[in-house]
Amino acid sequence: MTRRIVARTLVYTSLAAASLVVLLPLGVVLMTSLKTPEEMADDGGALTLPGDPLNFRNYATAFQDGRMLSAFGNTAFILVFAIGGTVLIGSMTAYAIDRFTFRFRKLVVALFLVAALVPGVTTQVATFQIVNGFGLFDTRWAPIALYMGTDIVSIYIFLQFVRSIPLSLDEAARLDGANAFTIYRKIIFPLLKPAIATVVIVKGITVYNDFYIPFLYMPSEDLGVISTSLFRFRGPFGAHWETISAGAVLVILPTLIVFLFLQRFIYNGFMKGATR
Amino acid sequence: MTDTTAGPAAPPVAAAPAPVPRRARVRRGLTPWLFLLAPLALLITFTYAPVANMVAYSFTDWDGVSPELHYTGGHNYTELFTRPELFEVFFVSGYYLAASAVQIAGALCFATVLSFDVRFRNFFKGVLFFPYLINGVAIGFVFLYFFQDGGTLDSVLALFGRHSSHAWLGTPVSANTSLAGVSVWRYLGLNFVLFLGAIQSIPGELYEAAELDGANRWQQFRHIIAPGIKPVLTLTVILSVSGSLSAFEIPYIMTGGATGTETFVIQTVKLAFQFNKTGLASAAAVVLLLIILAVTWAQRRLVPDDRVDLV
Repeated sequence: MTRRIVARTLVYTSLAAASLVVLLPLGVVLMTSLKTPEEMADDGGALTLPGDPLNFRNYATAFQDGRMLSAFGNTAFILVFAIGGTVLIGSMTAYAIDRFTFRFRKLVVALFLVAALVPGVTTQVATFQIVNGFGLFDTRWAPIALYMGTDIVSIYIFLQFVRSIPLSLDEAARLDGANAFTIYRKIIFPLLKPAIATVVIVKGITVYNDFYIPFLYMPSEDLGVISTSLFRFRGPFGAHWETISAGAVLVILPTLIVFLFLQRFIYNGFMKGATR
Repeated sequence: MTDTTAGPAAPPVAAAPAPVPRRARVRRGLTPWLFLLAPLALLITFTYAPVANMVAYSFTDWDGVSPELHYTGGHNYTELFTRPELFEVFFVSGYYLAASAVQIAGALCFATVLSFDVRFRNFFKGVLFFPYLINGVAIGFVFLYFFQDGGTLDSVLALFGRHSSHAWLGTPVSANTSLAGVSVWRYLGLNFVLFLGAIQSIPGELYEAAELDGANRWQQFRHIIAPGIKPVLTLTVILSVSGSLSAFEIPYIMTGGATGTETFVIQTVKLAFQFNKTGLASAAAVVLLLIILAVTWAQRRLVPDDRVDLV
């Protein structure tokens, strides 16, 4: 029995230690974001508590001088179009692949599969020239086009769901005179709601957090998304850790809220996405 | 030729399906392509065309801007493999590879522990997974402050009476170790959730049966859990290897590649977009792509049961 107790203690100690490792850096940044510049200069160390826990002045500075409002606006714009496009593209691809037998079907599937093996970071040098050729460089459409591109994960998630919709529904509709497009719009798409929710969440988090693509394709300051705007904090705020911390907390907060509300869906989404 | 059924000599239709009119057949054949038009166009424009162009650029001396480019044969590739400073970035990947091993071991450990009945299970699960969802730039800043002089880490060490004035990001070894540590912090949660999902999909009766047979926890892990999660395990190994080779965000945000922390992708981005060496950068990208494809291929060969069944 004592062995069991030892094992239990070991389990809880390791879990508590891991939680501490995760939460401590975040907690310290939260505390730092509430400190005044004088408190920071005091050199009381990173673990001292802020004098006034309701001092939100750094947040105001970060929000205004860091141009976070326009950053959130740009991110929202990109999110709406990129996610809308991904849902449409993904569901159409899945519908075409699952419901039709046509020549070169295997080839098309293979094309999508092989594309999944090509990591985006490797091809940007050449992709850049293409985006530039379309005149999309330094516009919000560059990341939108790239995010919509070929999201094999969402295609796969949609495919799983389309497969689970009984064929008899299609056939009944076809007898009533519906064509393929009507079937897709009226039957398949509405039934894909759970898959759409998954794709929206997974894609949304990916797009919200992405740094590489906006950094390369939207260098002008007006087009900062939250990643790149936050990255620019390094310049003007230099060693003002209280402002930088406030900016970081501002960016993390929406993620935390979404996570707390949608926990279960998020786990499932990432599980489905990765284990395809 | 379509309306023959009206004739008196028409055969009974039951035997063979009525011949579909040609026009309708063509339309039916076209329908899937209408749905695939946009997806395929995007796929080719943003994946296959770049790959093809990249291979082509890699044999030239193009600077990415001028209309002039010359074919230089394998020159870029020889340069890549013979100039030591260009090759050194691969050693940096070693830190991230080592970190991946730690990460997978840790994730496996926590997933096993949390698949059994543990109090505050959902809390621990959430805490471990959440870092994966955080914005990379925010993580970079959180950890820049963590490794600052007098920052989080130094303050914590001071609590234990160890006053270090160690510049954590000051020397290549310690900087790379620190950065690799950050990527463990960031990505452990994803592996953990994948493992947990796989473990929970193992039917519970197996454990009960094993327990009746007198198997202890270790034996249960060895003979039930380990084989059950093998596909996911290999998947995470390959994701980790390709992730280690293409590490970019955290080192770029935190050090900008200074003090020997430049990774392969940072170098490629700098070559292409700062030094306008598109040809050389393309060759570098081709090399990286080939390595990652080779790793993926090896994994598929080693674990054939982990086949992707898209069709």
